[in-house]
Amino acid sequence: MRVTATGVSVSIDGAPILDEVSLTAAPGCITGLVGPNGSGKSTLLRCLYRIIRPQQGAVLIGDDDVWQVPARRAGQLRAVMAQDQELDNDYSVRDIVAMGRIPHQRLLERESSADRAIVDEALARIGIEWAQDRRFATLSGGERQRVLLARALAQDAPVLLLDEPTNHLDVGAQLELLDLIRELRLTTVAALHDLDHAVAYCDAVALLDQGRIVAAGEPVAVLTPERLAEVFGVRAAMTTHSLTGRPHLVFATGTSRPSSERYAHSEHANRAQ
Amino acid sequence: MASAPPVERIRRTGPAAVRAHLIPDRAFPLLIVLLAGAVALTAAVAIAVGTVSVPLADVAAVTWAHLTPGDTERSLLYDQIVWDFRVPRVLLAGVAGAGLSIAGVCLQALVRNPLADPYLLGISSGASVGAVVALTLAPAVIAGLGVAGAAFAGALASVALVVGLAQRAGRVAPGRLILAGVAVGYLGSAVTSYIQLEANPSELRGIMFWLLGSVATASWSDLLAPAVALACCLLWLLVDGRRLNALTMGETSAAGLGIDVNRLRLGLLAAASLLTATIVSVAGGIGFVGLLVPHAVRLLVGPDHRRVVPVSLLLGAVFLIMVDLLSRTLDRPNEMPIGIFTAAIGAPFFLWLLRRQSGAVR
Repeated sequence: MRVTATGVSVSIDGAPILDEVSLTAAPGCITGLVGPNGSGKSTLLRCLYRIIRPQQGAVLIGDDDVWQVPARRAGQLRAVMAQDQELDNDYSVRDIVAMGRIPHQRLLERESSADRAIVDEALARIGIEWAQDRRFATLSGGERQRVLLARALAQDAPVLLLDEPTNHLDVGAQLELLDLIRELRLTTVAALHDLDHAVAYCDAVALLDQGRIVAAGEPVAVLTPERLAEVFGVRAAMTTHSLTGRPHLVFATGTSRPSSERYAHSEHANRAQ
Repeated sequence: MASAPPVERIRRTGPAAVRAHLIPDRAFPLLIVLLAGAVALTAAVAIAVGTVSVPLADVAAVTWAHLTPGDTERSLLYDQIVWDFRVPRVLLAGVAGAGLSIAGVCLQALVRNPLADPYLLGISSGASVGAVVALTLAPAVIAGLGVAGAAFAGALASVALVVGLAQRAGRVAPGRLILAGVAVGYLGSAVTSYIQLEANPSELRGIMFWLLGSVATASWSDLLAPAVALACCLLWLLVDGRRLNALTMGETSAAGLGIDVNRLRLGLLAAASLLTATIVSVAGGIGFVGLLVPHAVRLLVGPDHRRVVPVSLLLGAVFLIMVDLLSRTLDRPNEMPIGIFTAAIGAPFFLWLLRRQSGAVR
């Protein structure tokens, strides 16, 4: 299912965070949102989460405007792998994955055998059924992200939204998770910090800077050394990976612009984070 | 099991840690039955025991006579003691214990802070100001309102102030809610303290009793508002426990699961305010119940609100009925405020909880 943003503008306390952003994420593809801190990636996702309502424009999933349909319907359209995982809870892994069924259940409706089967399948597909009786808080960071991905899968929505899914994970867990996400073949919109991940895993990327989309399209075409120098203030080169033969982004160290210069223009944007 | 191939390279952490809660899931129906029995039993004992002891058989007889419509015979010996004094008192203790516990559940889910209790929103301090003003300065002015009415008005005013301070463009932020609640709470305490200093000694004991909470003067008419509030909130929470679970996982999680987070938060806020305001205005500031009971319940049955809500209701009722019984029997014939006992039991429990948590989670 297609995800579309048309002329989305958001300002918080008078400071513009998103400025008429338009974007289309194609069905079945992974679309990466990249850009510096405070560029508006997360805010755009939060519009799709139904947490921030755009002051102008609309976000659509398929033909449904996320903010026009009931909240529960939005929960059937897109699943969110959230970053606000609360560790101070006693839920078991299975409890958490079963929450994915909430948008499909009516008030007072009990968990049906169909729901249970979907939860079983999600646990198995993500490879964490062995942990289903464990407490979420006792798992490692990588395992927790898999649990949240399983919950998103149990939600059985055509669109998957991710905000920095690999945050705080070691490199093995990062690649494992991204491989898994790619295998799901869902329409995926993901905010990513690691530009090389964007090159390796995304079918398309949108580069944001100061609340606007600077460029969008194929990763190799968008993430050119010139643009990266301009937007991030780094020196980068697109090379070929010696193991995979695929495009690979490398950065030159010790040559970045001082951060005071980089952030002077976007100080307001950081507050929105 | 489904057949889709799991991804390799799974690194499993630590030894298998099983669930933390004490009562297994399948024992939940039994727990409910036992707790319901405990409510009935403690209520019966609490009605029987007092300055005049009433045999349990007579408690049953009087109650039965009032509950069966045909029999209008009111010549039973203990009728007045049981029906006019003890029953409303015990019922109010039960309703207050249950209601404050449920309000605590609501607020802990709302702000995701283990220290949240029904008085977080400055409700009790607002109610105190109203009550203390009614008890001292202006009995004539608000005579029509009564102490309970004045307390209720004070409670609502403080909630309105707190919510007004905590919201921004219609969205309620839990962090700001806590700060605004604490600030308004201190403001209310300052006003109450000042009035106490100015009060004459004869009024002080009444004020003290009110501030620490008591159900000693309960009448049937006191019961109506808290009972109705409790019934409404309970009905909603029992139907909607699943969405509370999602909210405790975080704002993004809940929104992603198709929940209108702001509306749910406002609903929880309204429920907690209504429960606390109606209870505090007739029973005073009974502390610690709303903090302690939900935590104890989560230790017993785990975090799922579909279990936490009914168990908190019953356990809260049993707890406060027993505490009220204690408060009027320990130092007979004198009565002590309930709040002294809830705090005396609650504080050590809370310290134990703190130690247990720091050991288990981090």
